[in-house]
Amino acid sequence: MSSKDKLVVIENLKKYYPVRMGLLQSLRSKERLFVKAVDEVSFHIKNGEIYGLAGESGCGKTTTGKLILNLITSTSGKVMFKGEDILSLKKGGIKEFRKRAQIIYQDPYESLDPRMTIFDFVSEPLIVHNIGDIEKRVEEALETAELTPPREFFYRFPHELSGGQRQRVAIARAMILNPEFIVADEPVSMLDVSIRTSILNLMMRLRDEFDISYLYITHDLATAKHICDRIGIMYLGKIVEEAEVEELIDNALHPYTQALIAAVPDPDPSVEKSKAIIKGEIPDPIHLPTGCRFHTRCHYMKDICMKVEPEIKEVSEGHRIACHLY
Amino acid sequence: MTLLEVENLHTYFETREGTVKAVDDVSLKMERGDSLGLAGESGCGKTTTMLSIMRLLPSNGKIISGKINFDGIDMVSLDEDELRRKIRWKRMSMVFQGAMNALNPVFRVGDQIVQAIVSHENIEKEKAWARVEELFQLVGIDPNRAKDYPHEFSGGMKQRAVIALSLALNPDLVIADEPVTALDVIVQAQILELVRELINKLNISMILITHDLSVIADTCNKAAIMYAGKIVEQGDIMTIFKSPEHPYSQGLLTNYPSIKSERMRFTPISGRPPNLINPPSGCRFHPRCPFAMEVCSKKVPETIELERGHYIACHLKTN
Repeated sequence: MSSKDKLVVIENLKKYYPVRMGLLQSLRSKERLFVKAVDEVSFHIKNGEIYGLAGESGCGKTTTGKLILNLITSTSGKVMFKGEDILSLKKGGIKEFRKRAQIIYQDPYESLDPRMTIFDFVSEPLIVHNIGDIEKRVEEALETAELTPPREFFYRFPHELSGGQRQRVAIARAMILNPEFIVADEPVSMLDVSIRTSILNLMMRLRDEFDISYLYITHDLATAKHICDRIGIMYLGKIVEEAEVEELIDNALHPYTQALIAAVPDPDPSVEKSKAIIKGEIPDPIHLPTGCRFHTRCHYMKDICMKVEPEIKEVSEGHRIACHLY
Repeated sequence: MTLLEVENLHTYFETREGTVKAVDDVSLKMERGDSLGLAGESGCGKTTTMLSIMRLLPSNGKIISGKINFDGIDMVSLDEDELRRKIRWKRMSMVFQGAMNALNPVFRVGDQIVQAIVSHENIEKEKAWARVEELFQLVGIDPNRAKDYPHEFSGGMKQRAVIALSLALNPDLVIADEPVTALDVIVQAQILELVRELINKLNISMILITHDLSVIADTCNKAAIMYAGKIVEQGDIMTIFKSPEHPYSQGLLTNYPSIKSERMRFTPISGRPPNLINPPSGCRFHPRCPFAMEVCSKKVPETIELERGHYIACHLKTN
């Protein structure tokens, strides 16, 4: 594949947060402690693709999404958007970049300003970027997000809308600058299951109609299976496995991916029940396990797993994995 | 043996905007040992149904009419004092939504369970502590952690502790409201495994309230689908999930993303659930129903028994 098809290329991205310590503690301890929220993450997102980044809470998936949009400063690494290094952009460059890349947040009850009308909220990016024809554009954006008739929503406030409608408003705001790329951070996890599918359908329609690429951040592999093209699985700041969606679900190789898949309950009562293959919960991110970060919960743990951190490598076309078993 | 029978329950809320008919003519029946999943969208009245059964409605909510028979006891007319002494927690307990925040942060976890035990039973504190340790073992927490504070527990452990709390007085019925919604998928699977195990081992009955159908398919033997204050279909789990007859149940289930099915595009049910101050006339689902007929907007469909134990309220089946 030529680099032209790659919209976003992420290379060795890192975000370390220093751990705050008291004075006495900092005098006593020899080394500075860090939470390695994102550690040497590399992947790419193709044009028109929905790339799913999945994992449990605290695995670094949201931080990765924010780093890619330069919403937080990275510790090191590169994010290339159409060949341009996003992380080294100056203020004006970042502003231009914001027109092309947007974000939809998880909780539409929190992400909408309760004191702003829908019109003000959706039109705000236009004002920031000094773009005219506001009324017409807001109308179009609301229509794009399937809030019809759009004018009826103009002067309403968020509290008058349902969760699904609020998320559509957030999508309208993200769409108003005609972006090419959207980071969707758990966009449906706060919504009722019956509304989830209509929001996911909307996202896929936007991809088809406006050629939008997504980074879809989720903990729900069942919805990811139906909307994503490729999926990367994260554990404690690292991508441990990545493949095309069907390959990943049907032929998961990493013990952690296998455990995630087995844990998903199915709406069919006649199939096998959900299973918790691995015990315990994610370890403390400040004191990461040595070697492979997953070794403390892994059933296939060997000596080497405690000592050497496995590198991610390609085992078949497009299927990458970081595990000493392979 | 029937443990719980709810007949024609109506629970309304008085609000400034008007009377909300949150539960409107709900009938349910469960046998001892059943685990019943109550499913539906937010605001359909599933939590209100359960709060009515526990008699824990907020002050503006009231049971207008209907019967709740719990193991021969008439729950609607029972006075508050007797309810507190004899029923609540001893015979019927609840795992509340957002159990992560249900523990008091300033008391040790074990003390909170001891508190529940000694305020209902006349036993010494040491014996109550011994019970706490047994309970911890039962739900899979190291008994030595009973003296910890809630913040020292992980999310999964808090959920286990809240389940232990609900089992503290050996109830016959546990009502769990969205018990796994806030948990990560692997922890969720651990808790669901625990719930299945407890149902088998302790022979308790359970009502599980959730909007997540896969959780019901994973743990329950019976299911009831609720829409806009009414139960539209109920029956055993295989019938409801494999051959649902009500258009609403069909809409919910065919749209439910499964990790095992082929990739597909969803066809969600159009529209939104109605406002329960002014619900639609006739069948409340008719404005969203792809099969709506003339009669549907005029007449409330009666609940009929389609086959043994399979109940449905739909004009398609009565005509």
